[in-house]
Amino acid sequence: MSFELETAAVAGENLRRVAIDPVSRVEGHGKVTILLDEHNKVHQVRLHIVEFRGFERFIQGRPYWEVPVMVQRLCGICPVSHHLAASKALDVIVGADRLTPTAEKMRRLMHYGQILQSHALHFFHLSSPDLLFGFDSEVSRRNIVGVAEKYPDIARRGILLRKYGQEVIRHTAGKRVHGTGSVPGGVNKSLTAAERAELLKDVYQMIAWSRDAVKIIKELHEQNPALYDRFGTFPSNFMGMVAPDGSLDLYHGVLRAKDAAGNILFDHVDYQTYDTLITEEVKPWSYMKFPYFTSMGPEQGWYRVGPLARVQNCDSIPTPFAEHERREFVAYAGGKPMHATLGYHWARMIEMLFAAETIKELLHDDALAGSDLVVAGERRHEGVGVIEAPRGTLFHHYQVGDDDLVTMANLIVSTTNNNQAMNSAVREVAKQYLDGKEITEGLLNHIEVAIRAYDPCLSCATHALGKMPLEVTLLDAGGRMLDRKYKS
Amino acid sequence: MSSETLDAGMTPRKLKVATVSLAGCFGCHMSFLDIDERILPLLERVEFDRSPITDIKHCGPCDIGLIEGGVCNAENVHVLREFRANCKVLIALGACAVNGGLPAQRNHLELADILQQVYRTGHGLAEGSQIPNDPELPLPLNQVHAVHEVVRIDYFLPGCPPSGDAIWAFLTQLIKGRAPTLGHGLLQYD
Repeated sequence: MSFELETAAVAGENLRRVAIDPVSRVEGHGKVTILLDEHNKVHQVRLHIVEFRGFERFIQGRPYWEVPVMVQRLCGICPVSHHLAASKALDVIVGADRLTPTAEKMRRLMHYGQILQSHALHFFHLSSPDLLFGFDSEVSRRNIVGVAEKYPDIARRGILLRKYGQEVIRHTAGKRVHGTGSVPGGVNKSLTAAERAELLKDVYQMIAWSRDAVKIIKELHEQNPALYDRFGTFPSNFMGMVAPDGSLDLYHGVLRAKDAAGNILFDHVDYQTYDTLITEEVKPWSYMKFPYFTSMGPEQGWYRVGPLARVQNCDSIPTPFAEHERREFVAYAGGKPMHATLGYHWARMIEMLFAAETIKELLHDDALAGSDLVVAGERRHEGVGVIEAPRGTLFHHYQVGDDDLVTMANLIVSTTNNNQAMNSAVREVAKQYLDGKEITEGLLNHIEVAIRAYDPCLSCATHALGKMPLEVTLLDAGGRMLDRKYKS
Repeated sequence: MSSETLDAGMTPRKLKVATVSLAGCFGCHMSFLDIDERILPLLERVEFDRSPITDIKHCGPCDIGLIEGGVCNAENVHVLREFRANCKVLIALGACAVNGGLPAQRNHLELADILQQVYRTGHGLAEGSQIPNDPELPLPLNQVHAVHEVVRIDYFLPGCPPSGDAIWAFLTQLIKGRAPTLGHGLLQYD
């Protein structure tokens, strides 16, 4: 099945190909191809995910306790998400139905540290140049260096917010990138008094700066609603995890989805049954799969995840400043669902504030200093772990044999859930801005602005493997053949 | 934290630095950003060329090139050669660039079997799913390779990832024109 502008009606030589390769200021490897006719009318737009690494397959045969440390190498930007989603799946397998308070809170602290650092990285380091300078501003300035020159305070705060989140991760996971703190059934360390004091010292500053960040993006929306409300906007379903009481919880809860009008599609769903809800479609032109709600089919059943979905899917946010901002967000949209692609940035900053406030609350909890770290119970052969990663709902599903070796792994990473949405966004922007125009670098950056709003982690999304119809030989520096292409 | 600073004895011209992630996870780039606020004085001494943080899509003539990730497809080979041709000093940054890293775990498996499993027989796939085969997708290699197997590499910085402090110590020495050496605690092989 195909969507508008997904595939040109007439294939052939009369169409000109324009490529954005690589898509920059995103994490991972992607490119966009656009096919235009002689009048620059757009016939086809595709976001291709071009890399693949094979994790789902080579995890098989490994002992299950290695998995939380292995799978975080899917992604160095949100390693904690994979570390924890895998741990949660393995909690089920080792029969740890209820973690100790220390373990649960250490993991939560780690996760909200991750949300804080990843959202700060995305907003300040990657997207702020577009938002502050304009989508077609000069290439040489359109980066964090340009922001540091023109708005040194904003750049510095972004750097320090990210640093703080990374330090939360280091103190909970042992290391900033690819830590080892979470294990099946619990964690392997608690927080020392010195670590806690160090993190508490700066947390109020982080909350204040997060509030300022929400203000920046809110003002951008209010100053230019014609742009922010309409750029790459299209209706879709939304999915995310919420706490059983409907409030926002990024670590644990139940699945909820709403349709484009805001009506509940499903709610209170136990994520162990995720595979009865979702089917993944493969398209020949991307290594990233296209998931959809099975009951609605691929045309109607695709959905969005991540900040825009979560902030609108929940009934409330359990921290005061973030809840205040959520209400402002809902009021701005007039009580209807906001479908604007650039609304992701606003929702993301609300979540960053929520993360900073949650970190503060957790740091006041004495359970973090406990010594009861791991539990186990009746051993099972299958488990699903789900977490709301910075970019959206992340599914890890494993089967483990009696010999403790993994026999099956299935991952649906956050960005994969947004695959159809990102393609819809770039096609919408192509229709709005490129159709019939002379293509310039600035116009092409509009396409990337739409992709960046989803904060895609194309690194995560490339865990699969593909095969090509072309031929290549790899020679070493001395001209000897090292490898040849895969042949079917 | 490394005691190196960038205050004294600097070259007057800004050095050009290009960075790329091939078959990596971007963790080494994250670790680079883990130099935190030290990036501000660094920006006084260097200018970024192609990098995931800029919109420059092809590497131009550069003083320093940092390569994260091993080589898993034809595009990686092409980009790596472009970096070698343009960068005076080329550095393999992190475990995957140094020896293939975790993605090289696929080297003992048949690529055809992996493809089959991921796209045709895997869990939860739509009926009739086929292996992606569009010419826009770069060709995968049978094996994941370390970058030194493809081009000459001047320095190897191990670790998964190397810490922000290690990257800082390495770069500051290089920028000062010294042969970088990393002391105890900065070299790691996790």
